[in-house]
Parts: sequence; C-alpha cells; structure tokens
Amino acid sequence: MELTVNDLMAFAATGGRALNADEPAVIFVHGAGLDRTIWQLQTRNVAHMGRRVYAVDLPGHGRSEGEPLASIGEMADWVIAFMDAAGVDKAKLIGHSMGAFVTLEAAAKYPHRIEKLCLMGVSETMPVHPDLLAAAENNQRLAPELIVYWGLGETAKIGGHPHPGLWIQNASQTLLELSADGVLYNDLSACNVYQGAAEAAGRVKCETLFVLGKDDMMTPARKAGPLIGAISTCSTTIIDDCGHMIMSERPHQVFQALRGFV
Amino acid sequence: MVKPNFAKFDTLALHAGQQPDPATGARAVPIYQTTSFVFDDTDHAASLYNLERPGHIYTRLSNPTTAVLEERVAALEGGVGAVATASGMAALFLAVATLMDKGSHIVASGSLYGGSHNLFTYTLPRFGIDTTFVNPRDPQAFKDAIRPETRLVFGETLGNPGIEVMNLPVIARIAHDAGVPLMIDATFTTPYLIRVFEYGVDIAMHSLTKFMGGHGTSIGGVVIDSGRFDWEGSGKFPTLTEPYAGYHGLDFAEEFGTQAFVMRARAEGLKDFGACLSPTNAFYILQGIETLPLRMQKHVSNAETVAAFLASQDEVEWVNYPSLTSHPDYELAQQLLPKGAGSILSFGIKGGRDAGRTFIESVNLASHLANIGDAKTLVIHPGSTTHQQMSATDLAAAGIGEGMIRLSVGIEDSDDIISDLKQALRLSQKG
Repeated sequence: MELTVNDLMAFAATGGRALNADEPAVIFVHGAGLDRTIWQLQTRNVAHMGRRVYAVDLPGHGRSEGEPLASIGEMADWVIAFMDAAGVDKAKLIGHSMGAFVTLEAAAKYPHRIEKLCLMGVSETMPVHPDLLAAAENNQRLAPELIVYWGLGETAKIGGHPHPGLWIQNASQTLLELSADGVLYNDLSACNVYQGAAEAAGRVKCETLFVLGKDDMMTPARKAGPLIGAISTCSTTIIDDCGHMIMSERPHQVFQALRGFV
Repeated sequence: MVKPNFAKFDTLALHAGQQPDPATGARAVPIYQTTSFVFDDTDHAASLYNLERPGHIYTRLSNPTTAVLEERVAALEGGVGAVATASGMAALFLAVATLMDKGSHIVASGSLYGGSHNLFTYTLPRFGIDTTFVNPRDPQAFKDAIRPETRLVFGETLGNPGIEVMNLPVIARIAHDAGVPLMIDATFTTPYLIRVFEYGVDIAMHSLTKFMGGHGTSIGGVVIDSGRFDWEGSGKFPTLTEPYAGYHGLDFAEEFGTQAFVMRARAEGLKDFGACLSPTNAFYILQGIETLPLRMQKHVSNAETVAAFLASQDEVEWVNYPSLTSHPDYELAQQLLPKGAGSILSFGIKGGRDAGRTFIESVNLASHLANIGDAKTLVIHPGSTTHQQMSATDLAAAGIGEGMIRLSVGIEDSDDIISDLKQALRLSQKG
C-alpha cells in the first residue's frame, strides 16, 4: 500500500490482507539496508491474526520515495508521521537492528502513541566495523557480504531452512545488494553514531519484548542487558542457534514469541 | 581488511540445505517418503495453507527431502530460492506459466534441446504463447526479435547439439533493456562450470537428470530464482505484481520481494500443474550432487582429451567443442567457462548418415541412448532421435547435419573411451 508521508510516497506491506481500522495496528520496521520484505515470514501471519499490519519501507528503501534519513531520531519521527498518515493513533512497534533503535526512540519520544514495543537483534550500541563502513561507503559488494557473514548464525549459513527451497544466505545478501547506492552506508552510519539507546530505554513506559539471537555476532545478546535493565515492564526471549537475522533464521521461534505480543 | 569466509562450492555441494536429522541424528539426507504432514492444530493448518508460516503440507507442494535439494541447488547457483520439479521440461513449463499468459511472446535461441524446441514451437502456441527463434551467436537478433508482448528471453549456456556458447552478459543486457528477464537452461554446464547469475541471468533451470544427478538413475528438474529481476519496475508481469485471487488478493512482489517468482511458482504452478519431484528421486539426485565437483573435473578433462583425439582422426570431418581453438566461440568459452566447456561434443563422420549409423552401432563401451550427463559415456544421432520432430529447415538452422554424432563424455578412463571410439570409427568407414 502507498501513503503520502512528509510529501513523499511511503510504501508498506500489509500481510496480504485488507486494512481494517477497527483492528489493532502493528508496525514492523526493518534494519540497515533492508526493506519490508525482511518480515515476509511474519507479516502474513500477524495480519491473519486480525491485526492491521504495516511493514514499512523507510524513506529511500524498498519502494518508498526520498533520500534515506540520516539519524535514528529522524527515522523515529518518520514512523510517527507514517502513523499519522495511516490514521493510526496507537500501535505496537516491532523493530529489528537499526529498526529496533528506531522503534525504541519512537517509544521514548512518543509514549502516548506506542502501545507495546518489540526489539529484535538490538544492543545498547551498534558500533560498525570500520572495514564494513568503508565498504558500504564505496558501495562495494563486500559490505553486504560482511553483514551476511556476521549476521547469520552458523546453522543458517549451511541451511536447512523451514521455508522450503529458500537459501537464506543469498536471499539476505541479494536484498542488501539491491538497496540503492549510499543507503547502506547511511544506515550503518546512523547506527554507528547513535548513543541514545540506554537513555531512550529509560523513558520507555510500554510493555517491551526483547527477542535476541543467542549467537548474534553483530548485536550480542549480552549487550542488550543495559536496555533490558532500564525498562521496567519487559520480557526477553533468547533464541538458541540463531544469529542476528532472527526473523529470517528462526521464523517458528519468532512466531511463538510474537503470538502473545501482538 | 576483513573478509567473509563462507563455505565454498565443494562444501556446499555436500552440506547446503541440510542439518543432521533432528529426530534421529541421521547424517545422510533422510527420504521422507510421505504424501502429507500432520498439522499441530487447525490454526497451524490454516496458516500453512495461507502462506503465513513456512512448513510442509503435502509433497506435491514441498517435502523435506526435496527441500534439501532445492536449497542446495539454490546455494550452488547463488540464487535466493529454487523449486524442484518432476523433470527439466516441467521446470521450463513451470517458469513459463508463472511468468506469462496467452498473448505473450518468447525470444529463444534456435539451438535448444529438442523437447524445449517442441514446447515452444508446437505446444505453447496452443495456449496463445508464441516464440521467435534466433541464432544464439547473434545478440542483435535477440534484440530485433523482442516485441512489446515479449515476456522472456531463453537459451542454453551451451546449445544443444550445436554447442554454441551463449554470450550471457550481452544478451542479459538486451533483455533487461527491454524489461524482460533472461532465463537460461544451464544443464550442460552445471553451476560448477558457470554460475549464470554472475553474468546477469535472472532465472536458471536444470534437468537434474543429467550432470547434477550424474548417474542416470532419476529424472528431475529445478528452476532457480536469482531474486534480482525488478518485476515491479518492468510492469510486464501481473502474475507477480498484482493481487492474486487464488490467495485472497496476495501480491507476491509486495509481500515476498526478491522471492516473488519462486514463491508464485510453488504456490500456483507446482500446486496446480502438479509436476512435483518424488522425494526418492530427490535423494538420488542429492547423492549425485555430493560429488558434482569431482565428476565435472573428470568429465571436462576426459572431454578435452577425446575432442583432441577426434580432431586428429582421418574419419572425422569436424569436431564441435568450445575448448578447441577451432570452435567459433573459443574466446567466449575461455571467458565464461574457464574451468572447461562441459563434456558434450558433437562431430561429423565422413560418409554421412550411413557412416554415422554404423559408428553408433559399433561402439561397445559408449551407450546409445537418449540422455547426457551420465557418469558413463553416451552417444546418439540427434537427427533421428532427440531432434527428430524438427523440420529439415529447423535442423539446418540449429546446425544439425545428417551425420552429426553427439557424444556425452563420461568419467571412465579416457584411454578406454578413445579405444572404443577408435574401433567404431574404423568400422564406420568399411560400409
């Protein structure tokens, strides 16, 4: 579906179901260099639970128009602007990696708009390896390769995915490679400099669910500790044998975690 | 500078797509010889049917053994996903039916496997889909043949039986400029010799019956999606970019993005046309793929030895093999196929059809049959078998002379292959 947000077309997947304004809204926010389709193993399921699903393409990502937004704060403001455009007063937010920072910031800044928060693959900070940042700046294929190499757990790199016929390694890498030049660098830079997660977590009032991969090398589960400790009403699910690309690697376990949340 | 250390091709050929069986610890891929899979509850059943959650329902749609094969082939090709089918022809038809409707048009190489040629020439027109055949060595001909209603450009990495090398990067650009995907049958080369997606190809297919399975035991096919074609941007593929009533208005590109094609192929084509691969055949083909790198090295080295031998024989008029400097596509083969140009070659025997018949009936080690890519050396006379439905004009256009012999060089000791060919060549001239 298309909406106009800040005078630009914004795109979101709805899980293949017509939107119903009477149903609770759930908004999915993707990570760096990705788009809405990274949630493809969740959106249809959540939508058919009777939820109004919006898996957004952030500006400059997927089909959404515009330049990518430079900071986590701007992205958080955009999510709220998207909610305004969609006529959504309150929503449950689900964010992954950079999207987790974005939704965390939105929940801290606009507590009256956020009903619940789910943070996947998140840590207090996300320092980006300088080689990765340099490769992304030069739009080199090495950047998506490093993200996939560090981002997938060891099992996922060999396969045996529950989705028949899906080769997750190339699916992840292709999605990253198809992002427009500069987008991945923009996003990684935004993650690299963002230092506000702990402070934002301290301001979160809503119920929060952390979903973390036990073998995540990019945002190690233990480094989410300060965020978990700062939110008074939160629960944590740590998924075994899982890296950073949690919703792609372990859709069944994510389903179990989200079923109660949404 | 850090570098990723992904599993290499030879390792993926053995491991990709499989973890030791969680129920039994079995290291080999188990054969899940079952039609159906028990649901947890009614909600689980509904979510599987509605493509909400991944999993298996019925072996016509997917099966755990077949899924290992699909994932492994996708890994070897560098695709986002794959769908296995009952045969290579089923894979081709599945791709065509997923991409287009009546009124559509295909531009195809004129040098194709006879079955593919027949599908395009006689069968698809009955469903309103027409094909223009062009010279695989003439990229401009591909460009000139593309029409507004063209929905696919199709060819083979190595033509059959002319062994033309298709200029994939150039023809891919031509197809993409027209907003059309390039699909390639890579059966002759396998991903060991060329990973076609690295040259701009959008969809690949294989007859798994051939080198991938490699032992002449099992019929199978597969279609692999690169995930890189912009279906939405092209605007020519409503099956992928518009709501599909068969799944309550599902828009495959919107929901599945880079996997739109392979998702629709399974959800509609495999379900409705039903040309699924049996799990037992998937198992046999997986056994073959485990040794694909080793076999392909031997196939290629034997083929190069045999081609050099044939080229030196007085009874042989010509030899068609892209690794020979005499081949018109030698330079292109060196560029696209640095590990070798496969193990299929064709040659002409002095004495035409009669000499060819005598040759085929005189070989002992080589087997006269309708297959290629077996571990054993195979031989056939295309004009009277695999390509017999083609008219004399089409045969000539495809470069198939009456005396042409097609050889699929196996992995026996090359001395023994040559010895067999030598005695058959000698007998062919005594007629």
